[in-house]
Amino acid sequence: MSETDELKPIVETLLFASGEPLTLERIRQLFPQDDMPTLAHLHKTIKALQHDYSGRPLELKELATGFCFQTKTAYAAWIAKLWEEKPPRFSRALLETLALIAYRQPITRAEIEDIRGVAVSPTIVKNLLEREWIHIIGHKELPGRPALFATTKRFLEHFNLKDLTELPALPQIEQNSAQTEQKEEKVEEIAKNP
Amino acid sequence: MTEQTTLPLAKIQGQFLTAFPQDLYVPPDALEIILEEFEGPLDLLLYLIRKQNLNIIEFSVAEITRQYLSYITMMKTLHIDLAAEYLVMAATLTEIKSRLLLPAPEISCEEEDPRADLLRRLQAYEQIKKAALTLDTLPQQQRDTFICFTQTGNLAATRPAPKLNLEELAFAYNEVLFRATLFAKHAIPPEPLSVREQMIRILNLINKNHFLDFTHLFLLKEGRLGVVVTFLAILELLKQSVIDIKQEKPYDTLTISIMSL
Repeated sequence: MSETDELKPIVETLLFASGEPLTLERIRQLFPQDDMPTLAHLHKTIKALQHDYSGRPLELKELATGFCFQTKTAYAAWIAKLWEEKPPRFSRALLETLALIAYRQPITRAEIEDIRGVAVSPTIVKNLLEREWIHIIGHKELPGRPALFATTKRFLEHFNLKDLTELPALPQIEQNSAQTEQKEEKVEEIAKNP
Repeated sequence: MTEQTTLPLAKIQGQFLTAFPQDLYVPPDALEIILEEFEGPLDLLLYLIRKQNLNIIEFSVAEITRQYLSYITMMKTLHIDLAAEYLVMAATLTEIKSRLLLPAPEISCEEEDPRADLLRRLQAYEQIKKAALTLDTLPQQQRDTFICFTQTGNLAATRPAPKLNLEELAFAYNEVLFRATLFAKHAIPPEPLSVREQMIRILNLINKNHFLDFTHLFLLKEGRLGVVVTFLAILELLKQSVIDIKQEKPYDTLTISIMSL
C-alpha cells in the first residue's frame, strides 16, 4: 500500500487508538508482509495528516517515543479545569538539577554540586529517577565509582522534545556578551566620528 | 482613573499612606523565608550582585562581601541553622577581599586567581539557573499538552486461536486407536453403532462440560470399531460446524467445544 490517501485514515486511526506514541516502524509492521508501505510513504502520510490538522486544536507531534496526537498548548487551561488536581510545579532545585543533567550529561552528583554550590538533595534525585526522567548510565572510574546521570526518552517526551538537540540553547555567558557589546559600541562610535 | 493608582495602602493616625515607608520593619522570621528562597550561597551572591544592578564581572568584592557577611551574621544571631556551604562561601569571600587589600606579591602569580574562580562559578551557576527557568517554560505533557487517545475497549485482549493442523488431528486419532488396541481383549461384541448416535452422545457430553478433551470423547470399551465411529461422528460434527476443535500449542491436548457464533 503506497497511496497517501489510502494510508491516511489508517495511520490516523492507529495513532488515536494505540494508547501510546507510535513509531513509523511499529505502524509499518501492522501491515501484511506483501502490502507493507515504505517508511518514506508513511512519513509522507504523517506530513499530510499534519497539514490536515493545521488550524485544528489538535496537532500531530513527533516525540522521542514516536508520533502522537496532542492538544495544543493554548487549550491547557481548559483541560486543567476538567481535573481538580493541579499539575505539580517543580521546585527551582529540581529544575536546576534536571537542567544540569540535561545539558551536561553524563554528569556525577559531585559535578552537579560543584556548579550549584549546594548538596544535591537525595529526594530530588529519587523523584527524577521515579519519574523516569533520568537514569544511571554508568559509573565514573574515580574512587567510589560515582554514578553518571543522563536523561531518558521519557524526559524528552515530557518536555515535548524529539531529541536532545531540540533543547533550548544555553544562555550566553555574560562576559562574552558584555565584551561584544562594548566592541559594538566602539565600532559604532568610530563609525560616527571617523 | 488616575485616582485608582494612588489609592491609599492604609490609614494611620488620620493620615493616608500611599506608599510603603522606606524604613519598614521587617520581622526577623522573614529572613528565614528569604533564605529558603535561595538555592545556596551562589544564588544568594547572585541576588546581591543583581540587586545592585551590577554585571557579574564588575562587582565590587568588598561591598558584596560586606553584604554577604551581614546576612550571614544576622542569620546566626537568629539561630538559623546555616548550611555549611554558606559558611564556606563567607570564608572564600573574606579571603578574596583580604588578598585584594594586600599588595600582591609577585611570586603568587602561578596561583589561580580566587576571584576569577568565583567569577567562573557564578557565571556557570547563572547559566544553569537561566536554563532551568527556560526548561520550565517548555510545553510539558500533562501540563500544557495532552496526548489524545480514543477508547478502544478490550479489542486488543482477544487472542486468535492457533490453526489446527489436520495431521495433528490424525495423529491424535492414531493415539486413541493405539490405546484402544490395549483394551482389545476386553472388548465386548460390538453393538451396531451408528455415527448419528455418537454425534448425539458427543453433543450431550459437550453441552454438559462446555470444553472437553478430544480423548475423553472415546469410549475405549467399544473397541476399535467404536473409536472409528466416534471419530467419524466428530468429523461429521466438525463438517457441519457444530463443534470446534482448538489446540493451544503444538502437541497440546485437543479441546472440543460448541462452535461459538
